[in-house]
Amino acid sequence: MKHETPMLDQLETGPWPSFVSDIKQEAANRAKNEKNVDYQIPVDVCDDLLGVLELSFKHGRTHWKHGGIVGVFGYGGGVIGRYCDQPEEFSGVAHFHTMRVAQPAGKFYSTDYLKKICDLWDFRGSGITNMHGSTGDIIFLGTTTKQLEEIFYELTHNLNQDLGGSGSNLRTPADCIGKARCEYACFDTQHMCHTLTHEYQDELHRPAFPYKFKFKFDGCPNCCVASIARADMSFIGTWKDDIRIDQEAVQAYVGGELKPNGNAHAGRDWGAFDINKEVIDLCPTKCMWMDGKELKIDNKECTRCMHCINVMPRALRIGKETGCSILVGAKAPILDGAQMGTMLVPFIKAEEPYDEIKEVIESIWDYWMEEGKNRERLGELMKRQGFQKLLEMTGLKPDPRMVQEPRHNPYIFWKEEEVEGGFERDINEFRKYHQR
Amino acid sequence: MAFISSGYNPDKPMEDRITDIGPRNYEEFYPPVVKANKGKWLYHEILEPGVLVHVAESGDECYTVRAGGARLMSVTHIREICEIADKHCGGYLRFTTRNNIEFMVDDKSKLEPLKKDLESRKFDGGSLKFPVGGTGAGVTNIVHTQGWIHCHTPATDASGPVKATMDVLFDDFQNMRLPAHLRVSLACCLNMCGAVHCSDIAILGYHRKPPMLDHEYLDKMCEIPLAVAACPTAAIRPTKVELPDGKKVNSVAVKNERCMFCGNCYTMCPAMPLADKEGDGIVLMVGGKVSNRISAPKFSKVVVAFIPNEPPRWPTTTDTIQKIVEAYSKGANKYERLGEWAERISWERFFEVCDLEFTHHLIDDFRDPAYYTWRQTSQFKF
Repeated sequence: MKHETPMLDQLETGPWPSFVSDIKQEAANRAKNEKNVDYQIPVDVCDDLLGVLELSFKHGRTHWKHGGIVGVFGYGGGVIGRYCDQPEEFSGVAHFHTMRVAQPAGKFYSTDYLKKICDLWDFRGSGITNMHGSTGDIIFLGTTTKQLEEIFYELTHNLNQDLGGSGSNLRTPADCIGKARCEYACFDTQHMCHTLTHEYQDELHRPAFPYKFKFKFDGCPNCCVASIARADMSFIGTWKDDIRIDQEAVQAYVGGELKPNGNAHAGRDWGAFDINKEVIDLCPTKCMWMDGKELKIDNKECTRCMHCINVMPRALRIGKETGCSILVGAKAPILDGAQMGTMLVPFIKAEEPYDEIKEVIESIWDYWMEEGKNRERLGELMKRQGFQKLLEMTGLKPDPRMVQEPRHNPYIFWKEEEVEGGFERDINEFRKYHQR
Repeated sequence: MAFISSGYNPDKPMEDRITDIGPRNYEEFYPPVVKANKGKWLYHEILEPGVLVHVAESGDECYTVRAGGARLMSVTHIREICEIADKHCGGYLRFTTRNNIEFMVDDKSKLEPLKKDLESRKFDGGSLKFPVGGTGAGVTNIVHTQGWIHCHTPATDASGPVKATMDVLFDDFQNMRLPAHLRVSLACCLNMCGAVHCSDIAILGYHRKPPMLDHEYLDKMCEIPLAVAACPTAAIRPTKVELPDGKKVNSVAVKNERCMFCGNCYTMCPAMPLADKEGDGIVLMVGGKVSNRISAPKFSKVVVAFIPNEPPRWPTTTDTIQKIVEAYSKGANKYERLGEWAERISWERFFEVCDLEFTHHLIDDFRDPAYYTWRQTSQFKF
């Protein structure tokens, strides 16, 4: 190896896959170059990456500098500039830009496609990736400025593949596995994610928003893609009608023939399954009971928390009248503290061509682009101007399902048109009956 | 190293340009058993840790083996993943939201050879390449951010502490003994690219020193109004500064006592670095969740205000995490998430059973929401 890395070497032991070993094998492969690749960035890029990381382990500080404006022509996102602050010692990573490559919905891949991605990144980049970044993109970690357009050209011309989002634009939307391999999915997350990603390509590539904006699609309230915590618009599958019950299967759980929760608790002896203790008593609305050997659900009282379905997936299934809820304004802490998504549309059909959903999306964007300050997320704008303003701008009707409880104070900002006779009054007429 | 053109002509960037084509269509990438049964799955079961079967209305079965992976991976490693998928899975695979790799086969007989193959592969340093696990009531892979490998604002590394933590929690990656699933996440600064704020256990990098001011260069490197506006607590104001040589320059002044160490100013202005070996370290937050199951989604709460960075293996951080996991495992009811358990037993009891010190740093004093975290009842536990 080019650099001594005594601290990083200590991360090669232990059972969990070692990223240090992996980068070392990449460094060795580049040095050997058995396939005779005409590397377009320095051959020792991986050596220098380990070298600079070792230095950070020693210093307790990063050695990466700020972005700088780099990108591909006509796009305002998809590339994040990155430079090393010790370029003399680590010339291989002096320029080390990130490219975000839009991942396919559901993160399914053919090996044929992945190998082509690897060949391109081997040839024109560091060979180091993230599979995947937090938002969902395939991340190409480290290339030089000159290679950016070349990579983009090859992606679009040879791989039918576009970049993802960065900066103040729509970030690459992401979804859960959905109907592809999950019995809980209330809508086709992949179809909706893919369709809306294509519909809003302009918003994704050309920053016109006050700040970042994220869509995420969760097929059910289990929220495996964490939309409710991190998407400005979170689409969560739900249903309106009754949970479907297979009473025989319920009895199979009660009798112990079927393992609860798909056998997720097999690592400990929790004793015999007790439907009262494990399902009925844990129901947050207490809308279930046993009537002899029959499980009953008062579906009107159900809030679809998924617990009973998770515990007895072979006995209980989601309803048939499915769609999604839309929650808005979730974000991580910067700048004004973390926010969870707030319920805006309790139920909406999630079917092609998604016209109703697009109407909600576009009315929100119109409002946010008009009123949002620079670097103000939708959730912060909602806090600043109030939920009423969002209702007004989206034309949605107030509904108790949008709040946890009614307001605690009576400080209602009545509008003039809401009050009989308006605000303009005659002081002299008033004085006829009330002395000064 | 001779430059090889892709065909792109820098003089005519718009020539043959292809834009706005988005991601590839997911349908190209479905394994046949998924394509045939999409939307028609009946139920699933975890056959053993890391191995799932999904059964469709048609009677078709999809067996999935889930393997952990460092999300930071080389093309050599991805090619090895492809080789495995070609050999066992008809050339298809997928990744999960939490950086696991899922290998799917359509027949039970294909399961054991796949598992054996995955478990046999090791890196030269000795670690497993594809540990099987991450299902059910256990610990799955850690979602995380870039850290010192690539980011300009981190207060800790990401891949390093993640590797160290997963080594310590490894048994729970391959077991399902916990009361419910336990999600661990790491973000290397409070920008939280990883959105760790709703995790059962969140490892968060945090700075503790206000920015240094590079007065001589500040006005040349930054838009001062943007730096001023970036501060969430209005701690930054524009000012004039006299340099040692007597020259007066435009710069900024920072009210240190108002700084919350978020690093937003540094993002807008590189002449205001705040990283520091002693200042930077780790905050531990616990009890968050994103699922709507039983109780509503919750934010994680800060339970350890600061642990120094201890590369390469962050032992104090991993010991503390292990202590919390053991207390949770011992005390929580079946199906109870860490946050639900802490709320049931009370937070005062949580600190006791986890053997954690409660310090003034753990009482919220940031804006209005702080009030709602103080205790407004006579009920508490001795």
